[in-house]
Amino acid sequence: MSEVIGNMTTVTSQEKGAFIRDEKGLILPTVENFYRFCAEGKLMAVKCNHCGAVICPPRSICPKCFGNDSEWVELKGRGKLLTYTIIHFPPSQFQALAPYAVGILRLNEGTQLPGMIKNVKLGDLRIGMDLLVDFEATLPKEWPKWPRYFFKPAS
Amino acid sequence: MGISKFGVREGLYTRELFAEAAREAFDRCPNLNPKRDVQGLFVGMMSESYEHQAHVAPLFLDWIGLLPIPAFRTEGACASSSVALRVALFSIASGMYDVVLVGGVEKMTHLSTTGVTEILAMASDFPFEQWHGISFPGIFGMMAVDHMHRYGTTEEQLAKVAVKNHEHGVLNPKAHFQKRIRVEDVLSSTPVAWPLKLYDCCPRSDGAACLVITSPKVARKFTDTPVDIVGSGQAQDTLGLFERDNFSGMKVTRLAAQQAYKMANVKPEDIDVAEVHDCFTIAEIMAYEDLGFCGPGEGGKLIDEGVTQLGGKIPVNTSGGLKAKGHPVGATGAAQACEIYLQLTNQADRRQVSGAEVGLTENVGGSASTGVVHIYRRGD
Repeated sequence: MSEVIGNMTTVTSQEKGAFIRDEKGLILPTVENFYRFCAEGKLMAVKCNHCGAVICPPRSICPKCFGNDSEWVELKGRGKLLTYTIIHFPPSQFQALAPYAVGILRLNEGTQLPGMIKNVKLGDLRIGMDLLVDFEATLPKEWPKWPRYFFKPAS
Repeated sequence: MGISKFGVREGLYTRELFAEAAREAFDRCPNLNPKRDVQGLFVGMMSESYEHQAHVAPLFLDWIGLLPIPAFRTEGACASSSVALRVALFSIASGMYDVVLVGGVEKMTHLSTTGVTEILAMASDFPFEQWHGISFPGIFGMMAVDHMHRYGTTEEQLAKVAVKNHEHGVLNPKAHFQKRIRVEDVLSSTPVAWPLKLYDCCPRSDGAACLVITSPKVARKFTDTPVDIVGSGQAQDTLGLFERDNFSGMKVTRLAAQQAYKMANVKPEDIDVAEVHDCFTIAEIMAYEDLGFCGPGEGGKLIDEGVTQLGGKIPVNTSGGLKAKGHPVGATGAAQACEIYLQLTNQADRRQVSGAEVGLTENVGGSASTGVVHIYRRGD
């Protein structure tokens, strides 16, 4: 399993303030914090301390067991493609990219994420193919300042 | 019931479209004095963004001349007005009201396809789906790829759904399209989200639908041909498709159908006619399976065998469905109920299912994050 970094004593002072925290200083299990970790090149989820489920997107109440005690875990960003499609008619901000592939990745730690699949010939897409998570280098300047992760073939 | 003409209704906005549907509902119900009898309005509409208009419940109430009774707006994406119908049923079942109006409306065609695509996409998960360029057709495209991979469903089978619903639409003067298409037309149409092509997708449409719902004890005061709503079910699932265990079916439809069948004490084989949510052709194939018209993975075979076309054992989407009748999203649930009313009261003209006694509607919102099923029986 991935390294657990939910213990706040391991967070450096430099990182402090970059995340949305509760009154005790713990990094809250939120979408915003998920993307702030992405900005550091880390794919993070939360692990439920009651049932052990790895949950992404992070949230405070476990969808599996209703527990509300979790800690952040880093995912290795490897998994298999569950399904995909090729978008020809995109929303306007993606028009320059079309046609492009998007799909749902089953991460090895057991949670799932959707995203764009890059560095792949569209004809080579296969259900079950191994993919890696990577991150865009550029950050949006206005809300939502969420760095985009994407998927690419493992080999 | 009343239903506006669906399609491109240039220069008419939701308030006028809704009034058009309500006017027909009043006209069809001559013993109803709307000012005196109607106690509440329940209306479904998906988005304020199309017309830059929120707070529509009082607006529509005003435009149908019924101020100041209470009006309620529900939002469940493409299932908005089926949710309105359920809330209206609660109001009747609680004993609070005896006569209410239920309706739905959307105005979409004044915007570009891109503009509509972006507003529709708001019903998917913003930080994880929209943010990564996943459109609504993209979500159903991913379901279709999974269904094809798992069960061997083909693009031809998907195309046959569109061909059938266009065939039915020709028989519905209020449908957006009255035009036959062939399987080849679907297969050669522009790709939207592979394997879904333009003719696998419902159009953007303008339209409204409206129903008068009463308690059983007063129904006969207003009509000689009542239809009883005998089953109602609803379920929710994750907003994001990606969080689910299975992309080849709609859990909300299965759960809502179980509730509705149980309440109505009927089985799938008792259904004479159904309106299902064919926003994309794959959604109708999955609806067959999730409603129990066939087993899991057998939806493609069902369309091949012609079971769901007019003249088949369970005609589905005799109105033309979302595909040919059109899909002004907020209006769809109410419009499905209107079609079943016409069928069960023998008023469906050239598309009449002979002797239909039990009908069903299935309406889903978003990536099937909301699912609503109703079952109807011809009144005795």
